[in-house]
Amino acid sequence: MRFSFWLPSLMQIALLAGGLCASPAAFSQEAAPADNSTVRIAYLTQEVEHPPALSNLDEPPADEGVAGARLAVADNNSTGRFLKQRFELEAVTVPIDGDPAQALRDLAAAGHRIVVLDLPGETPGALARLPEAANLLLFNAGSTDDSLRNALCAPNLLHTVPDRAMLADALAQYLAVKRWTKWLLIVGTRPEDRLYAAAVKRAAKRFGAEVVEEKSWSEDHDARRTAQAEMPVFTQGKRHDVVIVADEIGDFGDYVLYRTWDPRPVAGTQGLVPTNWHRAHEAWGAAQLQSRFKAAAQRTMLPRDHAVWAAIRAVGEAATRTRSTDPEALAAYIRGPDFTLAAFKGVPLSFRSWDGQLRQPVLLAADRSLVSVSPQDGFLHPRTELDTLGHDQPETGCRR
Amino acid sequence: MTTARTLLLAALLAGCAVPALAETVYVSNEKDNTLSIIDGATLTVTETVKVGRRPRGITLSADGKHLYICASDDDTVQVMDLATKKILHNLPSGEDPELFALHPDGKHLFIANEESNVVTIVDVPSRKVAYQVDVGVEPEGMAVSPDGKWAVNTSETTNMVHWIDTEKRAVVDNTLVDARPRYAQFNKDGSRLWVSAEIGGTLSVIDTADRKVAQTIRFKIKGVPQDRIQPVGIKLTDDGRYAFVALGPANHVAVVDAQTFAVKDYLLVGRRVWQLDLSPDQKRLYATNGVSGDVSVIDVDSLKVVKSVKVGRYPWGVAVKG
Repeated sequence: MRFSFWLPSLMQIALLAGGLCASPAAFSQEAAPADNSTVRIAYLTQEVEHPPALSNLDEPPADEGVAGARLAVADNNSTGRFLKQRFELEAVTVPIDGDPAQALRDLAAAGHRIVVLDLPGETPGALARLPEAANLLLFNAGSTDDSLRNALCAPNLLHTVPDRAMLADALAQYLAVKRWTKWLLIVGTRPEDRLYAAAVKRAAKRFGAEVVEEKSWSEDHDARRTAQAEMPVFTQGKRHDVVIVADEIGDFGDYVLYRTWDPRPVAGTQGLVPTNWHRAHEAWGAAQLQSRFKAAAQRTMLPRDHAVWAAIRAVGEAATRTRSTDPEALAAYIRGPDFTLAAFKGVPLSFRSWDGQLRQPVLLAADRSLVSVSPQDGFLHPRTELDTLGHDQPETGCRR
Repeated sequence: MTTARTLLLAALLAGCAVPALAETVYVSNEKDNTLSIIDGATLTVTETVKVGRRPRGITLSADGKHLYICASDDDTVQVMDLATKKILHNLPSGEDPELFALHPDGKHLFIANEESNVVTIVDVPSRKVAYQVDVGVEPEGMAVSPDGKWAVNTSETTNMVHWIDTEKRAVVDNTLVDARPRYAQFNKDGSRLWVSAEIGGTLSVIDTADRKVAQTIRFKIKGVPQDRIQPVGIKLTDDGRYAFVALGPANHVAVVDAQTFAVKDYLLVGRRVWQLDLSPDQKRLYATNGVSGDVSVIDVDSLKVVKSVKVGRYPWGVAVKG
């Protein structure tokens, strides 16, 4: 068993102890009691136990997510400086056996009204339903579960991370453009792998592709030792153009590449990956965000960092546009029709009125290169082409 | 695209009125680390010169003898002698210079340092940094008022115009504009500042007297999704007639009536139109098209695109010398 906890850094410990956060970059401030020109933003995450994976090359950084929060608060403060607005971050990490619900209650009791949730699975949906959360503005920056945008949606919950449907649709559009429309789908055994596979199958239907065969990769193979022998045989089957893997924790997917029976590209959770952010993305000013992040965090920006960054920048943008630091006014503006966010993705981003999802382009990236950005040309939509990705208004399961 | 046919037709309509002008057009190619030199008389590239890494903003010296080139990845501003096409020396520019503007005195160069949130003011004769001013996140657009009193900078993530009083050498006011302001230009008498907002999709016209937004101009092109309309470069004609606005991935240059602020026309150009410059006689507008790697030549009187000239990869800045 390999455990890697999201250990709070020294800074986070200091913050937890002090309850207040100075922004790390250029315009840091002394901790001071909040006043009516201050916007307080909380960030809530939980340590997780990383399950054992065959491919254990990259250790997840301890500050994944919170590093995006720190940069966003610094960005907000540098604008706030000109408008006499201050932004403060309180970052809370719940231990592995702790209770995120209690942590959210504590934040609400301490007067917090804006909380960024960097939590997996359906947890954000459950937290949004707590009585104490009724008057909060919650951002989901950690969970790609489609259920949170459908049956488990909540009026006080917005999502800055794309859901699996958006990711799969982005990939499907590109594969449709390439005319690689016959897919061999390989699914891991974890529940989230099945959710990813479901999104892939939904996308195939939407964009005219076909899953010609679906196979399950069970845990009793040790791919690293026997990949040469296992993968070629395992990927034999019906004629297909591309292999799609659904392996969210990175257990076996990397061992499919270059080992297939037929010479076929690999996409999905490994190979060509649809994602909200990638280190190879540099267009539309992204190079500036990448280097600003690198200077602050000493590492490249990861997808969760960007989702958290976008949530806190949304708050900052609302404060700038409304010239207000009142959480009610900010929440109303963010949900309203005039809100847009510049997030280094080439187009203005905004929240879908029907499920609270941030509509955004999705990057398609290989390890060291950005391959394409969806929506692809030619996939049209009467409102915005961004709504060709994910759950559109007529098909939403959100009744809030 | 039917660009070729449109161009041909436009050229015919304009009577192929391409008079033999003496002007020379300089274009920086961001991904080639080169400068393309176009002869205004023949509208062909006569020379391609190697320059520093990732050249972006370019501008002529007050006497027209030198060209200043932002070599962003070399963290320097290069000074090129246009007679010999040799780099004479570098100016200390601060980190990652992108765009700049020259004070009317020809001495102070105001440089936006995108990665360090400052504007660096370089004294050109002594080649030394005169001072630096803190601004918002990702400073980009720079302009100096004709009377030299104001230097303005736009910051892309802070979404503001920062007004630097050049005597006080400090930011004394800020004007909030729409998302991702990219470029700023004063009109001829300095009474108004025009600012483009790339992600906001708008153009703000600001009164210099009170530094408040007087007009917000929006664009709409049939068949082009609204979120592709991303205004970047702006050029105003000296006679106060037109403002030309490059609309980025919308692949059009908008023609705005500078008196009524109404959009008069949209001219189809190459892909991802970026920066603009007018010829000294104001008869021609040159537009760099980043993705298609060419420069569109627009006849100002007829408002027609008369030619596109192939240059290097990702042409960015453009400067026209008489």
